[in-house]
Amino acid sequence: MNNYEAVFILTPVLSDVQMKEAVEKFKALLVAEGSEIVHEESWGLRKMEYPIEKKSSGFYNMLEFKADPTVVAKLEIQFRRDERVLRYLTIKQEKYHALYAAKRRSLKQTKEKEN
Amino acid sequence: MAQNSSEIRYLTPPTVDLKKKKYCRFKKSGIRYIDYKDPEFLKKFLNEQGKILPRRLTGTSLKYQRRVAQAVKRARHLALLPFVTDMMK
Repeated sequence: MNNYEAVFILTPVLSDVQMKEAVEKFKALLVAEGSEIVHEESWGLRKMEYPIEKKSSGFYNMLEFKADPTVVAKLEIQFRRDERVLRYLTIKQEKYHALYAAKRRSLKQTKEKEN
Repeated sequence: MAQNSSEIRYLTPPTVDLKKKKYCRFKKSGIRYIDYKDPEFLKKFLNEQGKILPRRLTGTSLKYQRRVAQAVKRARHLALLPFVTDMMK
């Protein structure tokens, strides 16, 4: 089991509900493959620095998960097959990356508590 | 007159500035991982056209320059940073 993080951009034509549905689909896929979702983040509709598929904005989402390497290949196939996904990037969290990610998560949690 | 010509006068006195020693900001502040999800931070290592600045200008050590480059390229892929632009700053 390794730690991974996947950032993907969904088309802005989706409604909020449809967008969440798409995220749930990928989460369900990961869980079905026996991986554990550590953290999820939605950055909302964000302007992109250059147009992708003639769209200038997109829903950014991030998932952090623990999984076997074979699961990542399956996830990426699903990303490629899904027309709602404009871009994706899956990265294995190395030692310091994992530490940084843990720190980032705890910072987020304390911020949420304050609000 | 002879006295005046021997004496060089400047409108603005020449500043003998000591060259500031460049340092690697990652080594100095103990940053071990450079996040590609933070485009505002990565912009410090780009010029106005969005190109990665060389090490000789930023003073970053080789190890971290490679990681900066990696992070910038990841950010570009996710459209967090532009590949080409003008007047970014």
